[in-house]
Amino acid sequence: MPVQWVLLLSTFLFSVGVYGVLSRRNAVIVLMSIEVMLNAVNLNLVAFNTMLPSQRPVGQIFALFVIAIAAAELGVGLAIVLLVYRNRATVSINELNLMKW
Amino acid sequence: MNWVDRWGVTLTVFLPTLGVALMMLTPRAKDGLIKGLALLASAAALLTSLLVMARFDSSDPGMQFEVNVRWIPSIGANYHIGLDGIALPLFVLSAFMTFLCMVYSLWHLPEPYNPKAFLALCLLLETGMTGTFVALDLVLFFVFWEMVLVPMYFIIGLWGGPRRQYAAIKFFLYTLFGSVFMLLGFLALYFQSTPHTFDILALQRDGVLDVPVGIANLIFLGMGLGFAIKVPMWPFHTWLPDAHTEAPTVGSVLLAAVMLKMGTYGFLRISIPILPGPARTFAPLIGVLAAIAIIYGALNCLAQSDLKRLVAFSSVGHMGFVMLGIATMTASGFNAAVFGMVAHGIITGMLFFLAGSIHERYHTREIPELSGMSHQLPRMAGILAFCAIASLGLPGLAGFWGEVMALLSSYRPAPGLSTTIFRTLMVVGGIGTVLTAGYFLWMLQRVNMGRLSEKWKEKKLADVQPLEFASWIPLLLLVVLLGVYPRLVFDATNPASVRLTEALTAGSETATAGPPQVSIDLIGR
Amino acid sequence: MANSWIIPVLPFVSFALIIFFGKRLRGKGAEVGIVAIAVSLVLSILVFFDTIRRIAAEPEFHGYERSVEWFRFGPGGFAVELGIKVDGLTAVMLLIVCAVSLLVHIYSTGYMKGDVRYTFYFAVLSLFTGSMLNLVMANNLLQLLVGWEGVGICSYLLIGHWWEEKANSDAAIKAFLTTRLGDVGFMFGIFVLFFAAGTFNIDDISGAVAAGAIPTGILTLGAVLLFCGAIGKSAQVPLHVWLPDAMAGPSPVSALIHAATMVVAGVYLVARMFEVFHASPVALSEVAIIGAITMVIAALLALVQDDIKRVLAYSTISQLAYMVAGLGVSAYTGAVFHIWTHAWFKALLFLGAGSVIHAVHSNNMSSMGGLRDKMPVTSATFIVGGLALAAFPPLAGFFSKDELVLGAYESGRHGSVLGWFVFLAMLVTAFLTACYVARMLALTFFGEAKYDSEHVHPHESPRSMTVPLVVLAVLSVAGGWIGLPGEANLFGKWVHFGEEHPAFNPLVMLASIAAAVGGFGVGWAIFRLGKVKFDILKTPFAWVYRLLQNKYYLDDIYMGLIVRPIRDQLAAFANWSNQRILDRTVDAAGIATLAMGNVAYRGVDQPLIDGAVNGVARLMGLAGAKLRFWQTGSVQRYAVALFIGVAGFVGAFVIARL
Repeated sequence: MPVQWVLLLSTFLFSVGVYGVLSRRNAVIVLMSIEVMLNAVNLNLVAFNTMLPSQRPVGQIFALFVIAIAAAELGVGLAIVLLVYRNRATVSINELNLMKW
Repeated sequence: MNWVDRWGVTLTVFLPTLGVALMMLTPRAKDGLIKGLALLASAAALLTSLLVMARFDSSDPGMQFEVNVRWIPSIGANYHIGLDGIALPLFVLSAFMTFLCMVYSLWHLPEPYNPKAFLALCLLLETGMTGTFVALDLVLFFVFWEMVLVPMYFIIGLWGGPRRQYAAIKFFLYTLFGSVFMLLGFLALYFQSTPHTFDILALQRDGVLDVPVGIANLIFLGMGLGFAIKVPMWPFHTWLPDAHTEAPTVGSVLLAAVMLKMGTYGFLRISIPILPGPARTFAPLIGVLAAIAIIYGALNCLAQSDLKRLVAFSSVGHMGFVMLGIATMTASGFNAAVFGMVAHGIITGMLFFLAGSIHERYHTREIPELSGMSHQLPRMAGILAFCAIASLGLPGLAGFWGEVMALLSSYRPAPGLSTTIFRTLMVVGGIGTVLTAGYFLWMLQRVNMGRLSEKWKEKKLADVQPLEFASWIPLLLLVVLLGVYPRLVFDATNPASVRLTEALTAGSETATAGPPQVSIDLIGR
Repeated sequence: MANSWIIPVLPFVSFALIIFFGKRLRGKGAEVGIVAIAVSLVLSILVFFDTIRRIAAEPEFHGYERSVEWFRFGPGGFAVELGIKVDGLTAVMLLIVCAVSLLVHIYSTGYMKGDVRYTFYFAVLSLFTGSMLNLVMANNLLQLLVGWEGVGICSYLLIGHWWEEKANSDAAIKAFLTTRLGDVGFMFGIFVLFFAAGTFNIDDISGAVAAGAIPTGILTLGAVLLFCGAIGKSAQVPLHVWLPDAMAGPSPVSALIHAATMVVAGVYLVARMFEVFHASPVALSEVAIIGAITMVIAALLALVQDDIKRVLAYSTISQLAYMVAGLGVSAYTGAVFHIWTHAWFKALLFLGAGSVIHAVHSNNMSSMGGLRDKMPVTSATFIVGGLALAAFPPLAGFFSKDELVLGAYESGRHGSVLGWFVFLAMLVTAFLTACYVARMLALTFFGEAKYDSEHVHPHESPRSMTVPLVVLAVLSVAGGWIGLPGEANLFGKWVHFGEEHPAFNPLVMLASIAAAVGGFGVGWAIFRLGKVKFDILKTPFAWVYRLLQNKYYLDDIYMGLIVRPIRDQLAAFANWSNQRILDRTVDAAGIATLAMGNVAYRGVDQPLIDGAVNGVARLMGLAGAKLRFWQTGSVQRYAVALFIGVAGFVGAFVIARL
């Protein structure tokens, strides 16, 4: 299977993620979109590994790191969202304008 | 006792600082412990200084107990210390006077009390004073010199009399003003020497310092200004009466007994040996200023009604004799100067102790109000009379030798100096001794003698207390001892003074020949 | 003789003992002093006999010397010695000082009984004796100066002994300062001789002078300066004014210090350094002139005093001038001999006067009179002393005075005009002396009692006071017999300068007897018998009387022209200039710096430099205020911007690579 196909898939997934982050108002969905983008990157890493002269699974190892980091990040992110919900009774990003001037 | 040779001087200088550190760790409320520590630190410093004196070889005119280690390599400043016969008496005097002040302070502490701060400042002062007398590196000298200012500023400014703020600031700024010029002089010496050095001994060596005459004169004047303010020479003396009058007793004692000598010592240790040419050029000027100071100080004393201020002005006159001795540029003149410094330190220190104790009892120092003190405080009056008589230069007491030797050397100053000028100065100085006798005896008449004024009749005043005796008796004994046995000082100072004059004449072959018939060689060529 | 250094040390030890332990002793310290001086006296007598024995035995004996090194100074360590020198002159002085001091000590136990500062008084007496002995024994000038000033300060302390009265302490200060003025000259004289001869040692200086090693000009300068010290100490014109005032001290002090010992220190100095004076005719003439003037001036003043002690004080000045003038005409032996005899009779007179004052509680002769019957011992001894002073033969004063007059006569005969001048002055003074002695005796012991007999009951003084009087009276009679004129002059063998022994001259002796008897007769006639009655204030010579009454106005001149201007105006000016000029300059420098600081702060620092800094800050703030609206707080907008930015950069990068 040529690598271009995989790259096309991961580009598609990444674009979906970007769109989700930029356009959705629900914080939980934004977090999920970030996960999609990360997985697109994972796909890339694994795909490029096949192109390396070395037989060692460097790409796979990096992908595992990213998955671990993503899990931690999602944990922290969901905890924040949960706390924000408790305080404000909403997870809509539009309402969360604490950083406004 | 080899450790004395290597560490004795350093220990004397820094033991008081160690004492300060220990006192800082002691809670403020523990008065007794703090006083004990202060006393112990100064006693230890006195002890080491006495050991140094015992190990001192008075036949050797050069530096002894030298220590020279790298300190700030980037500018070539070293921790270079050492003692010769000129520094030794002053070095021991500093440690001695501080110790006696500590003893005195066990009982008398000025308002607002706080022994921890007061005694710590006194000990810091001691480090600065002893350090100045042993420093052989210009940077080190300057550091110690300035180190003295700060404790004294606080001693005057916090524990002083009613005008203490004014006096303290005046003292600090005036002295600082002078030291700036002094520092400029030091820097100029550094940059004019090859190789660049701050070492006082190295700067005296042939060929190290190469300065055009004009610049040398400027350097001399700059450093001279710094020293002259400290001495203080007329007309730079006006900080002195204020500082003395306002300072607490112990402050006045240390100020008079030791700090003034730093100025004259600077002339002897730095200005004259490093720049003999300009020294000769300006010697008549220094002599004239000194003679003016003698007469002027005495006249001002006649006009004072405050006992402490009178003693302060008498210092101006006495330091005039010291400077006159230095101005003659002869070995006997230098001897006279060092002797005069030591004698003045002891006697005037004693007089300030007395002024302080009298003030403590009467709560006034106005001479007209203190009539008939002999009736109430016979011992105090007796000691006051003794010190006044010693101070007016009675032979057989310490004050005599400095004056008479200074006048003797002005009869025949160093070759190249005008005999006419110096003999005139001698006559003026002689008249000054009569005026000095005049104001001291007049003061005694008004304070000690006469009938007891009504004001004090009802009061019960305590005569000299045991602790006062403890701090005074050593001084009184020394006054007599130095008077009848002057070689205690002369033996140490003479070789070093002779060497100084040798260096002077070696440095300038071009100096004109002395007066024709010199049957006794006092100037050492 | 080798151990004669103990003589001056003993009184010093006694001084220390009295001052520290005196009050606890039974005799309040007096006994310590008496014992110490007595031992010194015994030693002095031994030394004296040893000395005259050696003088007789060894023709070349020039005195015994012993010294240790005191201190060193100068290149090569010039050594100053601490030493003693004993020759005939010293031995005689030792006897005088110790004997008079011992008698005065004994007398004082009676006279000062119950005094507030009894112990201190004896301590200072000891100190004085020690200093005086040091002075006469010193073998070098520096050590002599130490003793010289030491006796000065003791004199100060004792004159002002009753310092509750301001007049007394004034007198003490006056005495010290006046002599000190002379001492400055003395000190400079020492310097001159030191640099000329290269030593302080008296013998070495004399040797150098005798060898002609010192130019006459330098010698004259040195001698004149030395003589300044003598003028002050021995109360010669113009520095004599302190001695009469010094009578404010207790009478025994006047006897010891201001009659017998300290005041002769000046004469002693000239005698000790006579080689120097002798080599300089100018200096010698000065000595003679000052002496001649002083003796007449002082004798005239003695005539008009009412205070008995002042009479004696002026008499002392006059007699000292005798000695000084005698030295001026090279009558060396006579002058020293006069020191010797004068010490006895003048000490006697002062102690006698003290005894009288003790009895009538007044110094003034106008409140004495008729005391002969009440105080037999005092009056008898006093009359002996007075006659000795008036130089009646064969009392002590006669022989010494005669020798001085003879010396002046000889000097004149050898062609010196000055000699004749001194001779004349001496005869006039002898006349005047006898005259005021007659007046003093008449007013004090004869005539009717003028004291307040209601309250004052004169009586003879206690034993402790009369015994010294008797001893001194004996010495005043017999003391002169060791110096009979001519070849029988023992004294001249002990103390002499060179080989001059003026031959006995009956004519001169007759002249001096005539002067004495004549003077006494005139005085007695006026003041006792009232034969010549006149009121001087009604004669054309009233101004003379007033001049004398006012002591030639010298005190007023000194006070008005020297002391007051210095003490009041000049000192005030110095203080003013210090406070107003020098101190103000410093203050002004401070204030000017402060003002400059204000200008720098308000004019430059705050508006310009600090303004610039603040301006930049304010600009930033302004910009921020405008730009902050960009921060909407919407994270997604930021992310969009970020995305566009990244896309833009990537795009630009790609395009650039193409």
